[in-house]
Amino acid sequence: MERWAKSSDFGPDDPVVLTVEGTHGPIIHAVTRAAAERGACAGARLTDARALDPSLIAVPADPAGEQALVERLARWAGRWSPLVEVDGENALRLDVTGVAHLFGGERKLIADVQTRFALAGLTTRVAMAPTAAAAWALAHYGNAAAVICGKDTGAKLADLPVAALRLPPEATRTLERLGLKTVGTLAGIERRSLARRFREADNPVDALDRALGRKPEPLTAVPTSRPPRALLKLEEPATHPEAAAQALERLIPDLVQQLQRRHLGARRLTLTGFRVDGSTAVASVATSIPSREQKHLHRLIGDKVSALDPGFGFDAFVLEASWAEDLSAAQDSLVEEASSEREVARLVDRLSVKLGSDKVRRPQPHESHLPERANGWRPALEKTDAVRAAPAARPQRMLDRPEAIAVVYATPEGVPRRFVWRRAVHDIARVEGPERIAPEWWRERSTARLRDYYRVEDQAGRRYWIYREGLIGDGRGGLPEWYIHGLFG
Amino acid sequence: MVGGLSLVPGGGSRAAEILQLPSGLGERWRVPAPPSPTLSELFAGSPRDAGWAGFLLAQTDREKPLLWVQDRMAILESGRIYPPGLGPGELIHVEARDAKLALWAMEEGLRCSGLSGVIGELWGDPASLDFTATRRLAVAAERSRVPCWLVRLAGTANLSGARMRWRIASMPSIANPLDPRASGTPAWEAELFRARGYMPGRWGVAYEAGAFHLAAVPGRGTLGEVERLRA
Repeated sequence: MERWAKSSDFGPDDPVVLTVEGTHGPIIHAVTRAAAERGACAGARLTDARALDPSLIAVPADPAGEQALVERLARWAGRWSPLVEVDGENALRLDVTGVAHLFGGERKLIADVQTRFALAGLTTRVAMAPTAAAAWALAHYGNAAAVICGKDTGAKLADLPVAALRLPPEATRTLERLGLKTVGTLAGIERRSLARRFREADNPVDALDRALGRKPEPLTAVPTSRPPRALLKLEEPATHPEAAAQALERLIPDLVQQLQRRHLGARRLTLTGFRVDGSTAVASVATSIPSREQKHLHRLIGDKVSALDPGFGFDAFVLEASWAEDLSAAQDSLVEEASSEREVARLVDRLSVKLGSDKVRRPQPHESHLPERANGWRPALEKTDAVRAAPAARPQRMLDRPEAIAVVYATPEGVPRRFVWRRAVHDIARVEGPERIAPEWWRERSTARLRDYYRVEDQAGRRYWIYREGLIGDGRGGLPEWYIHGLFG
Repeated sequence: MVGGLSLVPGGGSRAAEILQLPSGLGERWRVPAPPSPTLSELFAGSPRDAGWAGFLLAQTDREKPLLWVQDRMAILESGRIYPPGLGPGELIHVEARDAKLALWAMEEGLRCSGLSGVIGELWGDPASLDFTATRRLAVAAERSRVPCWLVRLAGTANLSGARMRWRIASMPSIANPLDPRASGTPAWEAELFRARGYMPGRWGVAYEAGAFHLAAVPGRGTLGEVERLRA
């Protein structure tokens, strides 16, 4: 509703309802306060609400957009805890175990959450409880906007309606028909009698146990070891363009220290800037060997970070080594002098970051006689095999795509005498060949023709590698064509 | 003519071969090589002539990786380097969008002492390649002791900070003893037209068995029949 209100031109006091399509006509999804006063409520049919008050304005809702907003907020909420989960349609679940002291206590953490969301124009109901189920119940059905409970969870839950236990709607309805309207009344009932009436999954006793922490409720997506990360919170949102670069300077030593402690080296670094309006900006780089050298990492990510757009201002930064590999302490040398392999790896990192990893490559040999296939290229960030010696003389340079040339020859099957390449005539003074390279029949179509390669030298001494594709009468096309493929040095 | 001329390929790492030069020959018989790694500029005789690659590769030392930077036009016009033809040794190839990025990549490479050399190929006369840019490369190469070759395809020799400036064109190769119709050991016409501390000159050279050989008499205006000079 609030997301819609921000971008609409209706006044705050207009009775607007957002609707989604249901089986029997539109169903109300959310209502404004004015509409609520006129009897509209979420979940009712639009026609029923219109019967109560015909002046209601119906606007189609955008559930996909809302879901996207919640997901974006979930990433943004990473500022409070590393474990954030989207919980249902409109809730976020944060695991704040051992986190609160960073924000000055649980109360301050909750207050911080509320003010941040309020600044973003969103009303929140926050609850902190020993179990996720209890927190959900208190946030959705509690009376206060912010609740913290510890040992008194049971007492606080007692007044809530049974719907707070998050049971399926049928189970809730059954409970209500039985007269068990609040969670507190459930606690007084003998467990066995309740257990008999409900199936395994919707057993209210189990739900209550989960809420009170008597039964474990597994959290999804709990990483076993969290990647090293460093966090920086700003007192005030920083809107100047250098903010991110300055934050990086403070975060890198932190992160490097963590890497050192855990004997890791970063392969991928990500800096996330949290903006005040609930969006994030991300800069990420990869390295070819694990590294935890401050200067190098700073140099790699520095350019990308300073290009981050602060928007309405950053108020927190997280630097994370999202991919880290083992790097033993022995590899840290006491003297500043680095080994030449590491120097080269660092060079490759820097070049790949600026030019793109597909532009900085090493040769990768393949088992093939076709010259263009015999040598492939792979990003220099990856590992490649050593270049093998060619079976015969190969040119120093190859055209990416062979270019057609016009050739004069004495006999069609004989050696070439003269050729025209890019409008320049080359008289062939010396020629060596042919070197016949047959097509790879297991890979190519049956019409692929063989190639006869000649090393030719023109009058000026320039050496080229040209080939004739096919033979006369090989049944795979007309007259053979000539191409130039390489240049000798 | 005196036989057995071994001329000095570039770089201090091959200093031992200097001794092969027979005494009694003047300074003008030697292909000059810089005493310490620095920036040399090579102008291709023609953009369709890759002869300079052989002349250059003969001078590189491939123990450590070689960084080879090509700008987009150079790849389109005169081909991409083909590692099987370059001999053994590690290689990092950089495909730069334009001359500015190519120069940046070269300078980045020159800061890294783990390379055995940096080769940069630029097409034409890009605006970003001015005296300052070449001077920066020269200083960087001398500081890190990594030799750098700036190869200019279809370029004009304007102001440059390079210590040695060559013009390399292919020359008819030395006769092949096994097959008279086939081309033999490649030879190049190398003209040193500007160098610090050396006399400019013109040589016809070939590279064989680990040493440069004089393949033609210097100073002659036209290089006609190639004589093979052997020990």
